[in-house]
Amino acid sequence: MSHAASAPPSGPVPFARENSLKLLKDMLRIRRMEEKCAELYGAAKIRGFLHLYIGEEAVATGAMHALARGDNVVATYREHGHALLKGVPMERIMAEMFGKKEGCSRGRGGSMHLFDAHARFYGGNAIVGGGLPLAVGFALAAKLRGEERLTACFFGEGAMAEGAFHESVNLAALWKLPVAFFCENNLYAMGTAIERSESQTDLAVKAASYGIEAFAVDGMDVVACYEGARRARERVMAGGGPVFVEFRTYRFRAHSMFDPELYREKAEVEEWKKRGPIHTFTARLKEQGHLTEERFLDIDSQVAAEVERAVAFAEAGDWEPVEDLTKDVYAP
Amino acid sequence: MTITYREALRQGLREALAGDPRVFLVGEDVGRYGGTYAVSKGLLEEFGPERVRDAPLSELAFVGAGIGAALGGMKPIVEVMTVNFSLLPLDQIVNTAAILRHMSGGQFAVPLVIRMATGAGRQLAAQHSHSFEGWYAHVPGLKIVAPATIDDAHGMLGAALAEDNPVLVFEYPALFETAGDLSSTPVDIAHAAVRRQGTRVTIVAYGGCVPKALSAAEKLAAEGINAEVVDLRVLRPLDMDTVLASVRKTRRAVIVDEGWRSGSLSAEIVARIMEQAFYDLDAPVARVCREEVPIPYPKHLEEAALPQPEKIVAAARGLFQ
Repeated sequence: MSHAASAPPSGPVPFARENSLKLLKDMLRIRRMEEKCAELYGAAKIRGFLHLYIGEEAVATGAMHALARGDNVVATYREHGHALLKGVPMERIMAEMFGKKEGCSRGRGGSMHLFDAHARFYGGNAIVGGGLPLAVGFALAAKLRGEERLTACFFGEGAMAEGAFHESVNLAALWKLPVAFFCENNLYAMGTAIERSESQTDLAVKAASYGIEAFAVDGMDVVACYEGARRARERVMAGGGPVFVEFRTYRFRAHSMFDPELYREKAEVEEWKKRGPIHTFTARLKEQGHLTEERFLDIDSQVAAEVERAVAFAEAGDWEPVEDLTKDVYAP
Repeated sequence: MTITYREALRQGLREALAGDPRVFLVGEDVGRYGGTYAVSKGLLEEFGPERVRDAPLSELAFVGAGIGAALGGMKPIVEVMTVNFSLLPLDQIVNTAAILRHMSGGQFAVPLVIRMATGAGRQLAAQHSHSFEGWYAHVPGLKIVAPATIDDAHGMLGAALAEDNPVLVFEYPALFETAGDLSSTPVDIAHAAVRRQGTRVTIVAYGGCVPKALSAAEKLAAEGINAEVVDLRVLRPLDMDTVLASVRKTRRAVIVDEGWRSGSLSAEIVARIMEQAFYDLDAPVARVCREEVPIPYPKHLEEAALPQPEKIVAAARGLFQ
């Protein structure tokens, strides 16, 4: 395994206290929202495929905090957290999961297809690797239009076995486009371990073959994720073309709600949980005197209230009328 | 002004690039090489490498990038060398371009044009001679156009760019050398066109088969059968009003399709005629399609595999026996 669980992230957090607490709160927002989603899935309020991000929150949180409001984000089908932190309101994400018309995609997409033009959040792509060419196009448009805008493309390590990865990185490098390729390596493409899908398991080495800057960071450490994404953004916006970052992370839950997890040992999951991004970050903040248990509980209860409001909003939403079924296939 | 189909395509491209700074052309060998079929020859010199953009052999990436650029505020024209190669970016066309507007609840427009050469007739054998227009016409969210005339070769691109929808423009190398007058009449991408007025049988065709249908109609006229020729022009959405009006008048129909018969566009047209004009017919609807084989290289076998005027004549004649 290319990044076996090692010592948990530790040491003082090099950010101002309030900034650290924002990172903590955003990781909790993703975690609590998704825990609620799992519960609602059990209650059959949410159907279809549901892919939880639990365990990987440091990546989206660190990365989103490093992006600008006007940046574009293209993500995968495991994108609830990315959408939330890019600015899609939780209530609209929840309504989307319910399939209600108040959802961010009018209820038509569900968990795997969150979109929000206003937040510049472009999916929500359930074709592995499908977002990569799209991100290259967004970056091309920004360059041709003279816009100061990064496009951040999130994808899993599984997508790096797709031709779309190679074609897209090559094209972006050739044309020196402002795109950051953010690989979330959680070690399993559904049930296929990385050693069984990649001849080169050092993914930064693979990406660097296109003549671009490529490096790996600890995806369980929100500090490292933020620093890595910030560095990537700075380099890309300096005009040198794309940068690749591998975020070495781990998925604590099953691939989807239908996955019996026959492909990995329980002990491995437990070992990784020791490096969980939220409890390790919480411990570090407490240790340096930036967080008390009381403040933690206060933040957690604010998050819980937001989740409850989101669920209530989704429950109160309406179904799209069947008469609108064929609306929006073509421009009016 | 008399120009060739190829020159008409090029003139359409030139006007599109000159008329809107958001428009750019991207594809394999569209720039320095001048286009595989020389359609974009000279445009690099005129508009520069940012707007006439050579891409590596990465159809999946540059078609997907065209979609992303369209979402990002540009109006890309993506050239895919042939319809055969369009199967490489089929994922982006079908799984993204076609569905994004609907799946996002109407938030996004994809103002993208994808041009590609299609069809057989130049002895290019089985991997360069397919006709997959019918496949694409199966997909909601796409518009499919098939210029068969000089005016359409020139004008359909502009009409496609005026859409807020992904439009696939199929160009016919078999017609590239044909010449004719370019009129100044604007064209739409909404209607079929009656290319020859007739009274006794309707021949429905599109793209490279339209001249074959017209040739067949002349032969039929010599036998006393006055045939009407409908050029579909737009393969999705189909303009069945024009087809049905003609069929109701002539009471007989032959559908010509360069694609394979099974599961073809011609099958869809026959089905719609059955659904909507069955009692207006005096004979079963006939079809002339590609033989169900990969297109072979030798000229005599390629010709035997394709719809030809003689086959259309025979099919039409058969409706009167």
